Amino acid sequence: MKVNMNIDVHHIARVEGHGNIHITVRDGELIEAEWQVVETPRFFEAILRGRPHDMAPTLTSRICGICSIGHTLASLRAVERAMQVRVPKNAQLLRLLAKHGETIQSHILHLFFLAAPDLLGVGSVIPLTKSHPEVVAVALRLKGLANDMCDLIAGRTTHPVSLVVGGLSKAPEKKQLEMLKLTIQERFSDVMATVDIFKTLSMPDFVRETEFVSLKGKGKYPWIGGDLISTDGVLKAEDDYLAMTNEYKEDFTTSKFTRLSRESFAVGALARFNNNHKLLHKKAKETAQALCLKPVNNNPYMNNIAQLVECYHVMLESIEIIDKLLDSNLGNICNRYNITDGEGVGAVEVPRGILYHHYIIDKKGTIAKANCVIPTTQNNANIHHDLAELVTQQINLGKNDKEVTKLCEMLVRAYDPCISCSVH
Amino acid sequence: MKYLGIDPQKVKIGVFDFTGCEGCELQLANKEESLLEFLSLLEVVNFREISSDSSQDYDIALVEGSISRKDEIERLTDIRARAKVLVAMGACACFGGVNYLKNQYPLKDVVKEVYGMHSVETSKVKRIADVVKVDLNIPGCPVSKSEVESIIVSIVVGAEVKIPKYPVCVECKQNVNTCVVDLGKICLGPITRAGCGAVCPTGKAGCLGCRGPAEDANYGSLREILREKGHCESEIEQKLCFYNAFNGSTEK
Repeated sequence: MKVNMNIDVHHIARVEGHGNIHITVRDGELIEAEWQVVETPRFFEAILRGRPHDMAPTLTSRICGICSIGHTLASLRAVERAMQVRVPKNAQLLRLLAKHGETIQSHILHLFFLAAPDLLGVGSVIPLTKSHPEVVAVALRLKGLANDMCDLIAGRTTHPVSLVVGGLSKAPEKKQLEMLKLTIQERFSDVMATVDIFKTLSMPDFVRETEFVSLKGKGKYPWIGGDLISTDGVLKAEDDYLAMTNEYKEDFTTSKFTRLSRESFAVGALARFNNNHKLLHKKAKETAQALCLKPVNNNPYMNNIAQLVECYHVMLESIEIIDKLLDSNLGNICNRYNITDGEGVGAVEVPRGILYHHYIIDKKGTIAKANCVIPTTQNNANIHHDLAELVTQQINLGKNDKEVTKLCEMLVRAYDPCISCSVH
Repeated sequence: MKYLGIDPQKVKIGVFDFTGCEGCELQLANKEESLLEFLSLLEVVNFREISSDSSQDYDIALVEGSISRKDEIERLTDIRARAKVLVAMGACACFGGVNYLKNQYPLKDVVKEVYGMHSVETSKVKRIADVVKVDLNIPGCPVSKSEVESIIVSIVVGAEVKIPKYPVCVECKQNVNTCVVDLGKICLGPITRAGCGAVCPTGKAGCLGCRGPAEDANYGSLREILREKGHCESEIEQKLCFYNAFNGSTEK
């Protein structure tokens, strides 16, 4: 039987920001499959012009309510590279620790609050508080750990206060770092419990060969700064980011689209894993194996699993970072610098993929021109093309509207899109 | 949660977002210790960011973000018509927030700067109160979760809602901080309404006024102190305009 389908999901739930799914199938043929981002833009690049350089990180952290620490770090890196500001080694470690807190916070929020309800057949995490209280308790403890990490190092989880040009404005006390280390160690059992939960949940079976793009780790899994690589063999320096982000605009969406070697590419946890799996902590690698995640994995739903593996990895790495900090002097965590004109690019792997900030600064230290390229912007085109392939495969399998709609929503959620961020 | 053995009627709450980062509503999901208790008092019937169950029948609407497109006005007007109590949550909703900085530039210019030749619909940024009647403002960038929870609980049980009138300086002194103005920074703590626990100056960063003016804020005196410390007028202006929280009330 030749099927007809009209799927219109208006303002899809359990994602950050506003997006619509629009699919039309006539007589068994896919006519349209669109991922429409309808978020209202805030024009951050335009309003950065004329602001003092040291307000850029504070302003751009407001691009995103989830990855505000990532935005702050990309902004700081762009400013610091433009003015050749050197950041003390300890401050770099502390920043990475705050970043790890954000990665856990964001991934756990996504895994339990946004993605898990689909896998457990409910509309939100709220009914799970009754049906699966032990699952919710694990989620809340891990999220609590992440909040504590960010609050301790950055002063606050959402819109950090103590990450400043040159380093940090305030260092945590060693006693507090020791406490944090103990808490992280206590939470490893919750990570294992999460792994056990996700072992029992099966991800939809869907594969579309994709170009995966991430930063390239140098001896360590990549988080802050560095070259870009892709599974298609592209290698670009941090400053050459425009060659890869290659933004373009389609009429049905307020977010721009991007391309590299193909019509679209993917960034995020799965892309980082696919490109850098060898650099994961040994225990995190074993966990990936236990969860059947092997590189190169072309199933976008497995991004959920890659996020879980990364949570474990950053917790393990955080212990190492804290040990280094405890062995060092936290007296100087902020360098003075001279204001100069300049141009700088800052790349950071935020939870959803590579984030670039690029500023031109005048000799008074004022931002003259800015560009911010957001991971979800990079993923939007890939989501769009995945949807077409997914629907085509599903109608060939004889699936009905309801089943296809659910899989489409789950696909969008698997990318963990941060739509407000992508429109900024 | 039962009270005297009876399950009380839960208040229905909806959470809605407009132009913004959705960071305020995310605060509601932070910190495990109070989340479940808070949820036991309420029935969350509409919260798109975390739930695909949605109902148009709610008592309290928590509204985040500012208004910058025509369709947002229609959606907000509809929410106002349905809600018994409408709460503007966060600096974007209360003051326009950082989004309001856009109003310093011609609209055509900002669109061209970001989208080039493509046309994108956008209008001047408005506060929620510029569009509909607001029953209560909860300021902050982001809002403080504990403050939102205690205010919602007050509304639910019919108690008086208390938001501090005194400035951030009071809380900063309680935290025994070194004054960041003495460290050479600009801090709007003396003129900004408390309630955040002085989180920014405690992190050795100057307050940017995300909670709006404290009662009887003495702008002139703050300007004088900052000028004495060597800060120029344009630097001070950049801080004062950041959230549009002192719009029209900062005499020189």
